[in-house]
Amino acid sequence: MAQLGSQTGTTLDTPQLPQTIEPRNPGMDLDMDRVMHARANRSAIERRAKTLPGRRSVKKDFQAAWLARAISCIDLTTLAGDDTAGRVLRLCAKAKQPVRADLLEALGMQGLTTGAVCVYHDMIPHALKALEGTGIPVAAVSTGFPAGLSPFHLRIAEIEESVKAGAEEIDIVISRRLVLNGDWQGLYDEMRAFRAACGDAHVKAILATGELETLQNVARASQVCMMAGADFIKTSTGKEPVNATLPVSLVMMRAIREYYEETGYRVGYKPAGGISKAKDSINYLALVKEELGDRWLRPDLFRFGASSLLGDIERQLEHHVTGAYSASWRHAAG
Amino acid sequence: MTVKDIFESMDYGPAPESAGDALAWIVDQGSKFGHFIDGSFTAPGEGFESRNPATGEVLATLTQASQSDVDTAVEAARKAQPAWAKLGGAGRARYLYALARLLQKHSRLFAVLESLDNGKPIREARDIDIPQAQRHFYYHAGMAQLMESELPDAQALGVCGQIIPWNFPLLMLSWKIAPALAMGNTVVLKPAEWTSLTALCFADICRQAGLPKGVVNIVTGDGDVGEMIVKAEVDKVAFTGSTAVGRRIREATAGTGKALTLELGGKSPYIVFEDADIDSAVEGLVDAIWFNQGQVCCAGSRLLVQEGISERFHAKLRARMDKLRIGDPLDKCIDVGAIVDPVQRDRIAALVDAHGGEGEVYQPACDLPDGCYYPPTLVSNLSQASALMQDEIFGPVLVSSTFRTPSEAIMLANNTRYGLAASVWSENINVALDIAPKLVAGIVWINGTNMMDAAAGFGGVRESGFGREGGWEGLAAYTKPKNTGKALKPVAAFEGDTAEPQPVDRTAKLYIGGKQARPDGGYARDVYDKSGKLIGQAPISSRKDVRNAVEAARAASGWTGATAHNRAQVLYFLAENLATRKDEFAAQINRMTGGKSGAAEVDASVDRLFTYAAWADKFDGQVRQVPMRGVALAMREACGVIGVFCPDDLPLLGLVSAMAPAIAMGNRVVLVASEPFPLAATDFYQVLETSDVPGGVVNILTGSHEELAPSLATHMDVEAVWSFSGADISAAVEKGGAGNLKRTWVNNGFARDWMGAAGAGREFLEAATEVKTVWVPYGA
Repeated sequence: MAQLGSQTGTTLDTPQLPQTIEPRNPGMDLDMDRVMHARANRSAIERRAKTLPGRRSVKKDFQAAWLARAISCIDLTTLAGDDTAGRVLRLCAKAKQPVRADLLEALGMQGLTTGAVCVYHDMIPHALKALEGTGIPVAAVSTGFPAGLSPFHLRIAEIEESVKAGAEEIDIVISRRLVLNGDWQGLYDEMRAFRAACGDAHVKAILATGELETLQNVARASQVCMMAGADFIKTSTGKEPVNATLPVSLVMMRAIREYYEETGYRVGYKPAGGISKAKDSINYLALVKEELGDRWLRPDLFRFGASSLLGDIERQLEHHVTGAYSASWRHAAG
Repeated sequence: MTVKDIFESMDYGPAPESAGDALAWIVDQGSKFGHFIDGSFTAPGEGFESRNPATGEVLATLTQASQSDVDTAVEAARKAQPAWAKLGGAGRARYLYALARLLQKHSRLFAVLESLDNGKPIREARDIDIPQAQRHFYYHAGMAQLMESELPDAQALGVCGQIIPWNFPLLMLSWKIAPALAMGNTVVLKPAEWTSLTALCFADICRQAGLPKGVVNIVTGDGDVGEMIVKAEVDKVAFTGSTAVGRRIREATAGTGKALTLELGGKSPYIVFEDADIDSAVEGLVDAIWFNQGQVCCAGSRLLVQEGISERFHAKLRARMDKLRIGDPLDKCIDVGAIVDPVQRDRIAALVDAHGGEGEVYQPACDLPDGCYYPPTLVSNLSQASALMQDEIFGPVLVSSTFRTPSEAIMLANNTRYGLAASVWSENINVALDIAPKLVAGIVWINGTNMMDAAAGFGGVRESGFGREGGWEGLAAYTKPKNTGKALKPVAAFEGDTAEPQPVDRTAKLYIGGKQARPDGGYARDVYDKSGKLIGQAPISSRKDVRNAVEAARAASGWTGATAHNRAQVLYFLAENLATRKDEFAAQINRMTGGKSGAAEVDASVDRLFTYAAWADKFDGQVRQVPMRGVALAMREACGVIGVFCPDDLPLLGLVSAMAPAIAMGNRVVLVASEPFPLAATDFYQVLETSDVPGGVVNILTGSHEELAPSLATHMDVEAVWSFSGADISAAVEKGGAGNLKRTWVNNGFARDWMGAAGAGREFLEAATEVKTVWVPYGA
């Protein structure tokens, strides 16, 4: 991927959508052999996840750069029943200017933006308008988010409506019952249909890992969704009791690596929910670097689904620039 | 590099831990260290330099202990020991707790010092070595507290000489000192000459804790000092290090009556089945063989992968190796640090270079920093016969081979002189739990590696040494029974020259493999009664009979796999059949010994058989409280083949007292009968024959203990030898056992009250078993 040397990951010159840089994952036939061979030993995976933060550490300028990288990969998100046009406009303003201008200047990181803005369907027009000309894509959650239990034809229609409304990324939720009952063919068919409905919009498959419970379920569901053409696999809706964790991320990243080794297609990864501290974001980036490699440390292949993470990173960056610990009210609300 | 550059490259960058405080501590001590004897540091003397292997810089100058230094240290320990023991468990617990606390308070100082001195990554020192060292003192503070109530029959051994290696300097110190002190012993400890600094820092902590003078003494120096400690007036020697040195220590202490534990080398298998979580198994290897640069006695250094997944597994493994970061041990972002000393690095390189074109060598294309480093290395596609597959390398070098079936995996895993640890990776609980007991190793990790804790026993079998550290079984290494016997009075055979014809001539034979066998040499000796009348002839066994008996015992492996209930049934049947022939046995014993207690001896023997029939299914293992979601099983396993020199004085009870616990626990035995009174044993085989004892489980030899001792003790296919003989063979047994580091239990010339409580019980059951710790982490 030599051409990536010139990519900065900011919206200035980096496309965030995978299909604009390299071939999009077309999916493949369901390979039940590989699905059933997916195994995940929880204790071993937890050990790896637990010790990683102690094994990898970034300091000083490196830490600041990694935090900037984390920002460039954030899907700045609002998914609340009380969302309004005004709320979405404020969020989009934050996506365009995620960090105070003087701090970005001090870091030499002018032009940094978040990876995308993520909203419900009805908020798409407001977000598009606010982000016009920035190159920041709008992602919409879909398919009866978060439970995914509305009629199938309505879930398909919802995707089509969102794409028609201008969403370039669609975050779908899978039917958890298909995983829990081991109906892999059903899951494959569902994901295939969602992918087809997305057309050119890129599709993130939300596994709702907290409800799948076992890591083996996570590993198998990851494989099936990629085989069915997911561009990204994503942990959570943010509404489950347990959201993104490092052990779940490890399982999903290893599934992505396996899929890449088998097919040559890179699928993106998005942990979502519960990532709120700057230090957490560094741990996730380190895990990506270790398990998937540097190529994945770009917004076209990695996103954080987060709402409060940015605030903590801003405070850390101010501390880096000034040497004094910061306060949240010194940074613009999103 | 600007922030923007790093934003693009996403490099880790340097993350150095400061060495300032640790270096300042060294300077505060004058950068020169003496020994710590009787509560204070001696003036620094002639010695050697301690270097940082990562940079080659001299950290401090240490003193080479002289004979008089060692003598003074041992005297100080000797003087301090009675009061330390008398202080009581609760009193000692307070000191151990204080030591644990102080280690915790100064944890970063110890961690940085360890990394500087040894070259290990600061992460490992900080997250593993030092916390585990603290844990050992906390755990054993508890053991001291509980000693009087839980171990009422145990007492301290006295002064313990302890010699520790350079791979985990402070941790090995804590493994040695904590249990010794808890049980009321005092110690003279020698750290390895390359890595003495944390031991000296620990001495400082002992002062801060107000530890009574002389309880802990630390002398520095090379192997010569170690030899002085082994030869000194100590009651116990504990050694962790190489098998070669361990063997020399065994020879040197043979017959001295000094207790001994040895934690030696290994070539531990790491077995991956096709149904394993392969990515996790690959990651596990990072902790198995690249932890501490592979300088770990229990390192998973011998990879065995099921053939069908081998190619994929190795590809993933090589990719993982490419990601390892090698460099400055004080960098917090480093996986592999420096090798402890150039001598070791050169040794590793020489072993790898000598692979002679066998296998494929893979080393990731990483820049090795200046200093003492060796790259992570994989040598794959080796066959079992390759030297690299057999010899311990003690460096970051993994060797690998393949297997086809579970039974082949077990066969290959056990095809080694060592028996320290093993890892088994499979998501199938049936496979994993079937394999674990079949592996010849002291520790088995299922879906994991290098898990250790103070609550779980650590130690090996075969040439990996004997004795356990940690857990309840670890305390046996630092205690002895309160009642030690009086000096043994030799019992001589009666002489005579008459030849009293028997009504029908009866031929006593040996009993080998379930059959009566004539001695290979074709000689017998006459056995006379007190009045000099001939009772009969007993065969004189030779080394070839020893060979045949051991072969038969080895072959009777079905006994070890039999259920405990089944073994109990056989023991009860033996008791039944012996009781039926009570009068005949009593008369024979009385005639042979010239005494009147034959009937009592037969009664006691029947009772003993009942006792061990009872124990057969009740000497349970335990589940240990280790800090992990899962179970650590302390399983009691049979040693294997045990050779026993039976007591001379009680020809039937002595034999039964040794045989019954051994076979109850699943061992097979070669019994050498009472030398002066052998005919009770040769009568006893008729009882064996009628009691469903499978052939080869019990084999009986008669003859000279002194002549047979070397053959049995040096036999490589014997796991343990016990001697309760009246002959002076303790030294010969211990010395002979050095060859394959077999477990020995000898009387050192002390008598045992076979008719009384000392003639039976847990002491025998513990000697008849090895504790294997099986770690089973779980999680849905």
